[in-house]
Amino acid sequence: MDKTINQKAWFLVLPVFLVVAFSAVLPLMTVVNYSMQDTFGNNQFFWNGVGWFKELLDPSTDLGGRFLASLGRNLFFSAVILAIEVPLGIVVALSMPREGWSVAACLVILALPLLIPWNVVGTIWQIFGRPDIGLLGYVLNHLGFNYNYVANDVDAWVTVIVMDVWHWTSLVALLCYAGLKSIPDAYYQAAQIDGASRWAVFKAIQLPKMNRVLLIAVLLRFMDSFMIYTEPFVVTGGGPGNSTTFVSIELVKIALGQFDLGKAAALSLAYNLIILIVCWVFYTVMTNAGSERPVKEGAA
Amino acid sequence: MHSIPGRRLIMGLFLIFLLLPIYWLVNMSFKTNAEIISTMTLWPHAPTLQHYKRIFTDESWYSGYINSLEYVVINTVISIAVALPAAYAFSRYRFLGDKHLFFWLLSNRMAPAAVYALPFFNLYSAIGLFDTPWAVALAHCIFNVPLAVWILEGFVSGVPREIDETAFLDGYSFPRFFIKILVPLIASGIGVAAFFCFMFSWVELLLARTLTSVAAKPISAVMTRTVSAAGMDWGLLAAAGVLTIIPGALVIWFVRNYIARGFALGRV
Repeated sequence: MDKTINQKAWFLVLPVFLVVAFSAVLPLMTVVNYSMQDTFGNNQFFWNGVGWFKELLDPSTDLGGRFLASLGRNLFFSAVILAIEVPLGIVVALSMPREGWSVAACLVILALPLLIPWNVVGTIWQIFGRPDIGLLGYVLNHLGFNYNYVANDVDAWVTVIVMDVWHWTSLVALLCYAGLKSIPDAYYQAAQIDGASRWAVFKAIQLPKMNRVLLIAVLLRFMDSFMIYTEPFVVTGGGPGNSTTFVSIELVKIALGQFDLGKAAALSLAYNLIILIVCWVFYTVMTNAGSERPVKEGAA
Repeated sequence: MHSIPGRRLIMGLFLIFLLLPIYWLVNMSFKTNAEIISTMTLWPHAPTLQHYKRIFTDESWYSGYINSLEYVVINTVISIAVALPAAYAFSRYRFLGDKHLFFWLLSNRMAPAAVYALPFFNLYSAIGLFDTPWAVALAHCIFNVPLAVWILEGFVSGVPREIDETAFLDGYSFPRFFIKILVPLIASGIGVAAFFCFMFSWVELLLARTLTSVAAKPISAVMTRTVSAAGMDWGLLAAAGVLTIIPGALVIWFVRNYIARGFALGRV
Protein backbone atom coordinates (compact mmCIF):
# COMPACT_ATOMS: atom_id res chain seq x y z
CA MET A 1 0.00 0.00 0.00
CA ASP A 2 1.53 3.33 -1.02
CA LYS A 3 1.26 6.09 1.53
CA THR A 4 0.70 9.73 0.77
CA ILE A 5 3.14 12.30 2.06
CA ASN A 6 1.43 14.54 4.57
CA GLN A 7 3.38 16.53 7.12
CA LYS A 8 0.21 17.28 9.06
CA ALA A 9 0.31 13.69 10.23
CA TRP A 10 2.77 14.97 12.82
CA PHE A 11 -0.17 16.45 14.72
CA LEU A 12 -1.63 12.97 15.08
CA VAL A 13 1.66 11.63 16.36
CA LEU A 14 2.32 14.53 18.69
CA PRO A 15 0.51 13.13 21.78
CA VAL A 16 2.48 9.90 21.59
CA PHE A 17 5.67 11.86 21.09
CA LEU A 18 5.02 14.03 24.13
CA VAL A 19 4.02 11.19 26.45
CA VAL A 20 6.96 9.00 25.53
CA ALA A 21 9.40 11.89 25.49
CA PHE A 22 8.32 12.85 28.98
CA SER A 23 9.02 9.38 30.32
CA ALA A 24 12.02 8.57 28.14
CA VAL A 25 14.05 11.63 27.18
CA LEU A 26 13.96 13.47 30.51
CA PRO A 27 15.08 10.48 32.58
CA LEU A 28 17.70 9.57 30.01
CA MET A 29 19.18 13.07 30.25
CA THR A 30 19.54 12.70 34.02
CA VAL A 31 21.29 9.38 33.45
CA VAL A 32 23.75 10.98 31.06
CA ASN A 33 24.28 13.78 33.55
CA TYR A 34 24.92 11.42 36.46
CA SER A 35 27.24 9.22 34.46
CA MET A 36 29.79 12.06 34.29
CA GLN A 37 29.70 12.88 37.98
CA ASP A 38 30.51 11.47 41.36
CA THR A 39 28.54 12.03 44.52
CA PHE A 40 29.34 11.69 48.19
CA GLY A 41 25.74 12.18 49.25
CA ASN A 42 24.16 15.47 50.36
CA ASN A 43 23.39 16.28 46.74
CA GLN A 44 26.99 17.32 46.17
CA PHE A 45 28.26 16.33 42.78
CA PHE A 46 31.75 16.36 41.33
CA TRP A 47 32.74 16.24 37.71
CA ASN A 48 34.17 12.88 36.83
CA GLY A 49 34.23 12.99 33.02
CA VAL A 50 34.51 9.61 31.41
CA GLY A 51 35.99 8.08 34.56
CA TRP A 52 33.09 5.75 35.21
CA PHE A 53 33.10 4.48 31.65
CA LYS A 54 36.80 3.69 31.87
CA GLU A 55 36.20 1.80 35.08
CA LEU A 56 33.24 0.02 33.55
CA LEU A 57 35.34 -1.52 30.82
CA ASP A 58 38.27 -2.41 33.08
CA PRO A 59 37.72 -5.80 34.72
CA SER A 60 40.29 -5.12 37.44
CA THR A 61 38.09 -2.47 39.11
CA ASP A 62 35.10 -3.30 41.27
CA LEU A 63 32.55 -1.76 38.89
CA GLY A 64 34.09 -3.22 35.74
CA GLY A 65 34.46 -6.64 37.32
CA ARG A 66 30.85 -6.73 38.38
CA PHE A 67 29.58 -5.40 35.04
CA LEU A 68 31.54 -7.80 32.89
CA ALA A 69 30.79 -10.78 35.14
CA SER A 70 27.05 -10.10 35.15
CA LEU A 71 27.14 -9.41 31.40
CA GLY A 72 28.82 -12.76 30.83
CA ARG A 73 26.27 -14.55 32.99
CA ASN A 74 23.44 -12.77 31.20
CA LEU A 75 24.70 -13.66 27.72
CA PHE A 76 25.19 -17.27 28.77
CA PHE A 77 21.68 -17.32 30.20
CA SER A 78 20.19 -15.88 27.00
CA ALA A 79 22.08 -18.40 24.88
CA VAL A 80 20.89 -21.35 26.97
CA ILE A 81 17.25 -20.38 27.04
CA LEU A 82 17.22 -19.63 23.29
CA ALA A 83 18.78 -23.03 22.62
CA ILE A 84 15.99 -24.69 24.61
CA GLU A 85 12.97 -22.52 23.94
CA VAL A 86 13.21 -22.15 20.18
CA PRO A 87 13.33 -25.88 19.26
CA LEU A 88 10.84 -26.73 21.99
CA GLY A 89 8.50 -23.96 20.83
CA ILE A 90 8.62 -25.25 17.25
CA VAL A 91 7.86 -28.81 18.40
CA VAL A 92 4.96 -27.60 20.52
CA ALA A 93 3.57 -25.51 17.64
CA LEU A 94 3.76 -28.55 15.35
CA SER A 95 1.95 -30.58 18.00
CA MET A 96 -1.04 -28.27 18.17
CA PRO A 97 -4.34 -30.02 17.53
CA ARG A 98 -5.80 -29.38 14.09
CA GLU A 99 -9.29 -28.19 14.84
CA GLY A 100 -12.15 -28.25 17.30
CA TRP A 101 -12.47 -26.99 20.82
CA SER A 102 -9.07 -28.38 21.81
CA VAL A 103 -7.33 -25.71 19.70
CA ALA A 104 -8.86 -22.94 21.78
CA ALA A 105 -8.18 -24.83 25.00
CA CYS A 106 -4.52 -25.35 24.10
CA LEU A 107 -4.11 -21.68 23.10
CA VAL A 108 -5.53 -20.51 26.40
CA ILE A 109 -3.42 -22.85 28.54
CA LEU A 110 -0.30 -22.00 26.52
CA ALA A 111 -0.87 -18.30 27.08
CA LEU A 112 -1.50 -18.64 30.78
CA PRO A 113 2.14 -18.40 31.98
CA LEU A 114 2.67 -15.32 29.80
CA LEU A 115 0.02 -13.39 31.71
CA ILE A 116 1.12 -14.11 35.25
CA PRO A 117 2.79 -11.19 37.03
CA TRP A 118 6.54 -11.69 36.94
CA ASN A 119 7.02 -11.70 40.66
CA VAL A 120 4.30 -14.32 40.98
CA VAL A 121 6.13 -16.43 38.40
CA GLY A 122 9.10 -16.14 40.74
CA THR A 123 6.96 -17.00 43.73
CA ILE A 124 5.47 -20.05 42.00
CA TRP A 125 8.91 -21.49 41.28
CA GLN A 126 10.29 -20.45 44.63
CA ILE A 127 7.61 -22.60 46.23
CA PHE A 128 7.62 -25.35 43.62
CA GLY A 129 11.36 -25.93 43.93
CA ARG A 130 11.68 -25.97 47.71
CA PRO A 131 12.77 -29.34 49.06
CA ASP A 132 10.44 -29.12 52.08
CA ILE A 133 7.17 -27.80 50.66
CA GLY A 134 7.53 -27.81 46.86
CA LEU A 135 6.56 -30.71 44.65
CA LEU A 136 9.61 -30.45 42.39
CA GLY A 137 12.17 -30.13 45.14
CA TYR A 138 10.51 -32.85 47.19
CA VAL A 139 10.36 -35.35 44.34
CA LEU A 140 13.93 -34.64 43.21
CA ASN A 141 15.31 -35.06 46.71
CA HIS A 142 13.41 -38.29 47.21
CA LEU A 143 14.75 -39.60 43.93
CA GLY A 144 18.21 -39.19 45.39
CA PHE A 145 19.27 -35.87 43.87
CA ASN A 146 20.61 -33.44 46.41
CA TYR A 147 18.70 -30.53 44.90
CA ASN A 148 18.66 -27.20 46.71
CA TYR A 149 18.47 -24.00 44.67
CA VAL A 150 19.26 -21.77 47.64
CA ALA A 151 22.66 -23.27 48.37
CA ASN A 152 23.91 -24.80 45.14
CA ASP A 153 25.00 -22.72 42.12
CA VAL A 154 24.11 -25.33 39.53
CA ASP A 155 20.70 -25.98 41.07
CA ALA A 156 19.99 -22.26 41.16
CA TRP A 157 20.87 -21.98 37.47
CA VAL A 158 18.79 -24.98 36.53
CA THR A 159 15.83 -23.55 38.44
CA VAL A 160 16.09 -20.14 36.79
CA ILE A 161 16.42 -21.69 33.33
CA VAL A 162 13.54 -24.14 33.80
CA MET A 163 11.47 -21.27 35.13
CA ASP A 164 12.18 -19.18 32.05
CA VAL A 165 11.42 -22.12 29.77
CA TRP A 166 8.13 -22.56 31.62
CA HIS A 167 7.38 -18.86 31.42
CA TRP A 168 8.25 -18.03 27.81
CA THR A 169 8.36 -21.14 25.59
CA SER A 170 4.65 -20.55 24.96
CA LEU A 171 5.51 -17.25 23.28
CA VAL A 172 7.72 -19.01 20.73
CA ALA A 173 5.09 -21.72 20.30
CA LEU A 174 2.26 -19.24 19.75
CA LEU A 175 4.24 -17.21 17.21
CA CYS A 176 5.26 -20.36 15.32
CA TYR A 177 1.68 -21.60 15.37
CA ALA A 178 0.55 -18.29 13.86
CA GLY A 179 3.19 -18.75 11.16
CA LEU A 180 2.15 -22.34 10.45
CA LYS A 181 -1.51 -21.35 10.18
CA SER A 182 -0.70 -19.02 7.30
CA ILE A 183 0.53 -21.90 5.09
CA PRO A 184 -2.11 -22.68 2.44
CA ASP A 185 -3.37 -26.27 2.27
CA ALA A 186 -2.30 -26.47 -1.36
CA TYR A 187 1.33 -26.62 -0.27
CA TYR A 188 0.72 -29.74 1.77
CA GLN A 189 -1.32 -31.34 -1.00
CA ALA A 190 1.49 -30.73 -3.45
CA ALA A 191 3.95 -32.28 -1.02
CA GLN A 192 1.72 -35.30 -0.64
CA ILE A 193 1.53 -35.81 -4.40
CA ASP A 194 5.32 -35.62 -4.56
CA GLY A 195 5.49 -38.22 -1.81
CA ALA A 196 7.58 -35.94 0.38
CA SER A 197 8.59 -37.27 3.78
CA ARG A 198 7.53 -35.60 7.03
CA TRP A 199 11.04 -34.17 7.44
CA ALA A 200 11.09 -32.87 3.89
CA VAL A 201 7.77 -31.10 4.45
CA PHE A 202 9.19 -29.50 7.57
CA LYS A 203 12.40 -28.41 5.89
CA ALA A 204 11.00 -27.28 2.57
CA ILE A 205 7.62 -25.82 3.55
CA GLN A 206 7.15 -25.20 7.24
CA LEU A 207 10.55 -23.87 8.26
CA PRO A 208 10.81 -21.29 5.45
CA LYS A 209 7.26 -20.15 6.19
CA MET A 210 8.09 -19.76 9.87
CA ASN A 211 11.24 -17.80 9.13
CA ARG A 212 9.80 -14.43 9.96
CA VAL A 213 7.95 -15.34 13.13
CA LEU A 214 10.97 -17.27 14.32
CA LEU A 215 13.12 -14.23 13.83
CA ILE A 216 10.69 -12.14 15.83
CA ALA A 217 10.59 -14.81 18.53
CA VAL A 218 14.37 -15.08 18.77
CA LEU A 219 14.90 -11.33 18.97
CA LEU A 220 12.10 -10.77 21.47
CA ARG A 221 13.31 -13.61 23.64
CA PHE A 222 16.89 -12.36 23.44
CA MET A 223 15.99 -8.86 24.47
CA ASP A 224 13.59 -9.84 27.22
CA SER A 225 15.96 -12.42 28.68
CA PHE A 226 18.74 -9.86 28.51
CA MET A 227 16.65 -7.52 30.67
CA ILE A 228 15.39 -10.18 33.07
CA TYR A 229 15.10 -8.92 36.62
CA THR A 230 12.05 -9.85 38.64
CA GLU A 231 11.87 -13.62 38.30
CA PRO A 232 15.43 -14.53 39.32
CA PHE A 233 15.35 -11.76 41.90
CA VAL A 234 12.37 -13.36 43.62
CA VAL A 235 13.63 -16.94 43.34
CA THR A 236 17.33 -16.65 44.10
CA GLY A 237 17.87 -12.97 44.89
CA GLY A 238 20.88 -13.17 42.56
CA GLY A 239 22.51 -15.86 44.65
CA PRO A 240 23.86 -18.12 45.89
CA GLY A 241 26.73 -15.64 46.15
CA ASN A 242 26.53 -13.78 42.85
CA SER A 243 25.97 -16.78 40.64
CA THR A 244 22.60 -15.71 39.22
CA THR A 245 23.13 -11.94 39.39
CA PHE A 246 22.23 -10.65 35.92
CA VAL A 247 22.91 -7.16 34.59
CA SER A 248 19.56 -5.72 35.71
CA ILE A 249 19.94 -7.08 39.22
CA GLU A 250 23.47 -5.68 39.46
CA LEU A 251 22.27 -2.34 38.16
CA VAL A 252 19.43 -2.05 40.66
CA LYS A 253 21.79 -3.04 43.46
CA ILE A 254 24.19 -0.24 42.55
CA ALA A 255 21.51 2.37 41.83
CA LEU A 256 18.91 1.83 44.52
CA GLY A 257 20.87 -0.26 47.00
CA GLN A 258 24.13 1.68 47.25
CA PHE A 259 22.80 4.87 45.66
CA ASP A 260 25.98 5.05 43.61
CA LEU A 261 24.44 7.29 40.99
CA GLY A 262 27.47 7.84 38.78
CA LYS A 263 28.40 4.20 38.49
CA ALA A 264 24.79 3.13 37.98
CA ALA A 265 24.29 5.72 35.27
CA ALA A 266 27.39 4.67 33.37
CA LEU A 267 26.30 1.06 33.61
CA SER A 268 22.80 2.03 32.45
CA LEU A 269 24.13 3.73 29.34
CA ALA A 270 26.34 0.81 28.36
CA TYR A 271 23.43 -1.55 28.96
CA ASN A 272 21.05 0.61 26.96
CA LEU A 273 23.51 0.84 24.09
CA ILE A 274 23.67 -2.95 23.77
CA ILE A 275 19.87 -3.15 23.74
CA LEU A 276 19.67 -0.35 21.20
CA ILE A 277 21.97 -2.17 18.78
CA VAL A 278 19.97 -5.39 19.03
CA CYS A 279 16.80 -3.36 18.71
CA TRP A 280 18.03 -1.80 15.50
CA VAL A 281 18.63 -5.24 14.03
CA PHE A 282 15.13 -6.22 15.12
CA TYR A 283 13.58 -3.13 13.53
CA THR A 284 15.42 -3.53 10.25
CA VAL A 285 14.41 -7.15 10.03
CA MET A 286 10.79 -6.47 10.85
CA THR A 287 10.26 -3.53 8.54
CA ASN A 288 12.02 -5.23 5.62
CA ALA A 289 10.10 -8.44 6.06
CA GLY A 290 6.93 -6.46 6.70
CA SER A 291 6.84 -5.10 3.15
CA GLU A 292 6.24 -8.58 1.75
CA ARG A 293 3.80 -9.58 4.46
CA PRO A 294 0.30 -10.36 3.23
CA VAL A 295 -2.27 -8.21 5.04
CA LYS A 296 -4.63 -10.72 6.54
CA GLU A 297 -7.10 -9.74 9.20
CA GLY A 298 -7.35 -11.96 12.24
CA ALA A 299 -4.82 -14.46 10.96
CA ALA A 300 -2.71 -14.32 14.07
CA MET B 1 -1.61 -31.29 7.66
CA HIS B 2 0.96 -29.65 9.90
CA SER B 3 1.40 -32.33 12.51
CA ILE B 4 4.14 -34.62 13.75
CA PRO B 5 4.05 -38.17 15.10
CA GLY B 6 3.24 -38.38 18.78
CA ARG B 7 1.87 -34.87 18.82
CA ARG B 8 -0.86 -35.63 21.35
CA LEU B 9 1.72 -36.99 23.77
CA ILE B 10 4.07 -34.02 23.32
CA MET B 11 1.26 -31.51 23.70
CA GLY B 12 -0.10 -33.34 26.73
CA LEU B 13 3.27 -33.44 28.46
CA PHE B 14 3.94 -29.79 27.73
CA LEU B 15 0.56 -28.70 29.06
CA ILE B 16 1.15 -30.73 32.22
CA PHE B 17 4.54 -29.04 32.58
CA LEU B 18 2.80 -25.66 32.30
CA LEU B 19 -0.05 -26.45 34.65
CA LEU B 20 1.75 -28.36 37.40
CA PRO B 21 3.46 -25.37 39.09
CA ILE B 22 0.22 -23.39 38.87
CA TYR B 23 -1.72 -26.30 40.35
CA TRP B 24 0.78 -26.44 43.19
CA LEU B 25 0.22 -22.78 43.98
CA VAL B 26 -3.58 -23.20 43.97
CA ASN B 27 -3.24 -26.36 46.05
CA MET B 28 -1.15 -24.56 48.66
CA SER B 29 -3.49 -21.61 48.86
CA PHE B 30 -6.24 -23.90 50.20
CA LYS B 31 -4.06 -25.61 52.81
CA THR B 32 -3.51 -24.52 56.39
CA ASN B 33 0.05 -23.47 57.16
CA ALA B 34 0.38 -26.44 59.51
CA GLU B 35 -0.42 -28.82 56.69
CA ILE B 36 1.99 -27.08 54.28
CA ILE B 37 4.93 -27.37 56.63
CA SER B 38 4.28 -30.73 58.26
CA THR B 39 3.29 -33.05 55.42
CA MET B 40 3.61 -33.36 51.66
CA THR B 41 0.07 -33.69 50.33
CA LEU B 42 -0.97 -33.66 46.70
CA TRP B 43 -4.30 -32.03 47.49
CA PRO B 44 -5.50 -30.14 50.56
CA HIS B 45 -6.70 -32.66 53.15
CA ALA B 46 -8.23 -29.99 55.34
CA PRO B 47 -9.28 -27.37 52.77
CA THR B 48 -9.54 -23.89 54.20
CA LEU B 49 -10.43 -20.45 52.90
CA GLN B 50 -8.63 -18.65 55.73
CA HIS B 51 -5.93 -17.16 53.48
CA TYR B 52 -8.44 -15.73 51.02
CA LYS B 53 -10.56 -14.44 53.90
CA ARG B 54 -7.53 -12.69 55.34
CA ILE B 55 -6.74 -10.99 52.02
CA PHE B 56 -10.29 -9.78 51.51
CA THR B 57 -10.65 -8.44 55.04
CA ASP B 58 -7.18 -6.98 55.71
CA GLU B 59 -6.91 -3.53 54.19
CA SER B 60 -3.15 -3.66 53.67
CA TRP B 61 -3.78 -6.65 51.39
CA TYR B 62 -6.84 -5.77 49.37
CA SER B 63 -5.79 -2.14 48.94
CA GLY B 64 -2.77 -3.54 47.07
CA TYR B 65 -5.10 -4.99 44.44
CA ILE B 66 -7.04 -1.74 44.22
CA ASN B 67 -3.84 0.29 43.82
CA SER B 68 -2.60 -2.02 41.09
CA LEU B 69 -5.89 -1.91 39.21
CA GLU B 70 -5.94 1.86 39.52
CA TYR B 71 -2.64 2.52 37.77
CA VAL B 72 -3.20 -0.26 35.27
CA VAL B 73 -6.52 1.24 34.18
CA ILE B 74 -5.14 4.80 34.00
CA ASN B 75 -2.22 3.54 31.97
CA THR B 76 -4.41 1.57 29.55
CA VAL B 77 -6.67 4.56 28.92
CA ILE B 78 -3.76 6.95 28.30
CA SER B 79 -1.94 4.47 26.09
CA ILE B 80 -4.90 3.73 23.84
CA ALA B 81 -6.01 7.36 23.65
CA VAL B 82 -2.66 8.68 22.44
CA ALA B 83 -1.81 5.64 20.35
CA LEU B 84 -4.95 5.63 18.18
CA PRO B 85 -4.27 8.79 16.14
CA ALA B 86 -0.59 7.93 15.89
CA ALA B 87 -1.37 4.45 14.60
CA TYR B 88 -3.56 6.00 11.93
CA ALA B 89 -0.84 8.46 10.96
CA PHE B 90 1.84 5.76 10.71
CA SER B 91 -0.46 3.53 8.72
CA ARG B 92 -1.68 6.09 6.18
CA TYR B 93 0.89 8.82 5.76
CA ARG B 94 4.54 9.38 5.14
CA PHE B 95 5.98 12.34 6.97
CA LEU B 96 9.28 13.80 7.98
CA GLY B 97 11.12 11.44 10.30
CA ASP B 98 8.37 8.83 10.45
CA LYS B 99 10.70 5.86 10.29
CA HIS B 100 13.04 7.26 12.91
CA LEU B 101 10.13 7.99 15.16
CA PHE B 102 8.81 4.45 14.77
CA PHE B 103 12.23 3.05 15.65
CA TRP B 104 12.56 5.38 18.61
CA LEU B 105 9.21 4.14 19.93
CA LEU B 106 10.30 0.54 19.55
CA SER B 107 13.56 1.20 21.34
CA ASN B 108 11.57 2.44 24.32
CA ARG B 109 9.51 -0.73 24.40
CA MET B 110 12.80 -2.61 24.61
CA ALA B 111 14.55 -0.38 27.15
CA PRO B 112 15.41 -2.21 30.36
CA ALA B 113 13.22 -1.03 33.21
CA ALA B 114 16.21 -1.19 35.54
CA VAL B 115 17.83 1.68 33.62
CA TYR B 116 14.86 3.94 34.28
CA ALA B 117 14.14 2.99 37.87
CA LEU B 118 16.39 5.61 39.44
CA PRO B 119 15.74 8.56 37.09
CA PHE B 120 11.99 7.92 37.34
CA PHE B 121 12.29 7.97 41.09
CA ASN B 122 13.95 11.38 40.90
CA LEU B 123 11.64 12.74 38.22
CA TYR B 124 8.38 11.78 39.90
CA SER B 125 9.61 12.88 43.30
CA ALA B 126 10.51 16.27 41.83
CA ILE B 127 7.09 16.85 40.31
CA GLY B 128 5.26 15.56 43.36
CA LEU B 129 3.72 12.46 41.81
CA PHE B 130 5.78 9.97 43.78
CA ASP B 131 3.65 7.34 45.53
CA THR B 132 0.56 8.06 43.43
CA PRO B 133 -1.00 5.77 40.81
CA TRP B 134 -0.25 8.46 38.21
CA ALA B 135 3.49 8.01 38.61
CA VAL B 136 3.31 4.31 37.84
CA ALA B 137 0.74 4.81 35.07
CA LEU B 138 2.94 7.39 33.31
CA ALA B 139 6.08 5.32 33.85
CA HIS B 140 4.45 2.28 32.28
CA CYS B 141 3.58 4.38 29.23
CA ILE B 142 7.19 4.04 28.20
CA PHE B 143 6.63 0.48 27.05
CA ASN B 144 2.83 0.40 26.64
CA VAL B 145 2.38 3.38 24.30
CA PRO B 146 4.83 1.95 21.74
CA LEU B 147 3.19 -1.45 22.08
CA ALA B 148 -0.27 0.02 21.49
CA VAL B 149 0.95 2.02 18.49
CA TRP B 150 2.50 -1.06 16.91
CA ILE B 151 -0.52 -3.29 17.45
CA LEU B 152 -3.05 -0.67 16.32
CA GLU B 153 -0.98 0.22 13.28
CA GLY B 154 -1.38 -3.37 12.11
CA PHE B 155 -5.14 -3.24 12.54
CA VAL B 156 -5.56 0.18 10.88
CA SER B 157 -3.54 -1.08 7.90
CA GLY B 158 -6.12 -3.85 7.57
CA VAL B 159 -8.83 -1.27 6.87
CA PRO B 160 -8.97 -0.45 3.14
CA ARG B 161 -8.07 3.12 2.21
CA GLU B 162 -11.21 3.40 0.09
CA ILE B 163 -13.24 3.61 3.30
CA ASP B 164 -11.38 6.76 4.37
CA GLU B 165 -11.74 8.31 0.94
CA THR B 166 -15.44 7.54 0.66
CA ALA B 167 -16.08 8.98 4.10
CA PHE B 168 -14.26 12.21 3.26
CA LEU B 169 -16.17 12.47 -0.04
CA ASP B 170 -19.38 12.05 1.93
CA GLY B 171 -18.41 15.15 3.88
CA TYR B 172 -17.19 13.60 7.09
CA SER B 173 -14.75 15.79 8.99
CA PHE B 174 -11.61 14.06 10.22
CA PRO B 175 -12.58 13.76 13.91
CA ARG B 176 -16.05 12.57 12.97
CA PHE B 177 -14.69 10.01 10.53
CA PHE B 178 -12.25 8.83 13.17
CA ILE B 179 -14.81 8.28 15.89
CA LYS B 180 -17.83 7.24 13.83
CA ILE B 181 -16.17 5.02 11.24
CA LEU B 182 -12.59 4.07 12.00
CA VAL B 183 -12.91 3.26 15.68
CA PRO B 184 -15.85 0.86 15.23
CA LEU B 185 -14.03 -0.82 12.34
CA ILE B 186 -10.96 -1.60 14.42
CA ALA B 187 -12.86 -2.25 17.65
CA SER B 188 -11.35 -5.72 18.00
CA GLY B 189 -7.89 -4.24 17.51
CA ILE B 190 -8.52 -1.70 20.24
CA GLY B 191 -9.67 -4.53 22.49
CA VAL B 192 -6.49 -6.47 21.80
CA ALA B 193 -4.25 -3.46 22.33
CA ALA B 194 -6.04 -2.59 25.57
CA PHE B 195 -5.67 -6.15 26.75
CA PHE B 196 -1.93 -6.12 26.15
CA CYS B 197 -1.46 -2.73 27.80
CA PHE B 198 -3.42 -4.01 30.77
CA MET B 199 -1.37 -7.17 30.89
CA PHE B 200 2.09 -5.64 30.61
CA SER B 201 1.27 -3.02 33.19
CA TRP B 202 -0.18 -5.71 35.48
CA VAL B 203 2.85 -8.00 35.29
CA GLU B 204 5.51 -5.30 35.77
CA LEU B 205 6.99 -5.03 39.24
CA LEU B 206 10.29 -3.16 39.21
CA LEU B 207 9.01 0.31 38.28
CA ALA B 208 5.77 -0.08 40.21
CA ARG B 209 7.71 -0.92 43.34
CA THR B 210 10.28 1.81 42.90
CA LEU B 211 7.73 4.56 42.37
CA THR B 212 5.50 3.82 45.35
CA SER B 213 6.09 3.57 49.06
CA VAL B 214 2.92 3.50 51.16
CA ALA B 215 -0.20 5.07 49.69
CA ALA B 216 -0.10 3.53 46.23
CA LYS B 217 1.72 0.29 46.96
CA PRO B 218 0.84 -2.30 44.29
CA ILE B 219 -0.11 -5.86 45.15
CA SER B 220 3.18 -7.24 43.88
CA ALA B 221 5.07 -5.06 46.36
CA VAL B 222 2.68 -5.97 49.16
CA MET B 223 3.47 -9.60 48.42
CA THR B 224 7.23 -9.18 48.60
CA ARG B 225 7.31 -6.92 51.65
CA THR B 226 4.63 -8.16 54.02
CA VAL B 227 5.55 -11.74 53.58
CA SER B 228 9.23 -11.39 54.26
CA ALA B 229 8.62 -9.13 57.24
CA ALA B 230 6.24 -11.48 59.02
CA GLY B 231 8.20 -14.65 58.39
CA MET B 232 7.07 -16.95 55.62
CA ASP B 233 3.30 -17.29 55.55
CA TRP B 234 3.27 -19.67 52.58
CA GLY B 235 -0.48 -20.17 52.40
CA LEU B 236 -1.15 -16.46 52.32
CA LEU B 237 1.54 -15.88 49.71
CA ALA B 238 0.05 -18.62 47.53
CA ALA B 239 -3.47 -17.21 47.87
CA ALA B 240 -2.26 -13.73 46.92
CA GLY B 241 -0.49 -15.22 43.91
CA VAL B 242 -3.58 -17.07 42.77
CA LEU B 243 -5.61 -13.86 42.94
CA THR B 244 -3.12 -12.06 40.67
CA ILE B 245 -3.46 -14.77 38.02
CA ILE B 246 -7.26 -14.53 37.82
CA PRO B 247 -7.65 -11.28 35.78
CA GLY B 248 -5.39 -12.59 33.01
CA ALA B 249 -6.98 -16.01 33.05
CA LEU B 250 -10.44 -14.50 32.68
CA VAL B 251 -9.87 -12.18 29.74
CA ILE B 252 -7.46 -14.40 27.86
CA TRP B 253 -10.42 -16.21 26.32
CA PHE B 254 -11.48 -13.10 24.42
CA VAL B 255 -8.11 -12.50 22.80
CA ARG B 256 -7.04 -16.12 22.27
CA ASN B 257 -6.85 -15.68 18.50
CA TYR B 258 -4.79 -12.51 18.74
CA ILE B 259 -2.31 -13.53 21.42
CA ALA B 260 0.57 -14.20 19.05
CA ARG B 261 -0.08 -10.91 17.28
CA GLY B 262 -0.04 -8.92 20.50
CA PHE B 263 3.16 -10.39 21.82
CA ALA B 264 4.87 -9.89 18.47
CA LEU B 265 3.94 -6.16 18.49
CA GLY B 266 1.34 -6.70 15.79
CA ARG B 267 3.90 -8.04 13.35
CA VAL B 268 2.60 -11.58 12.78
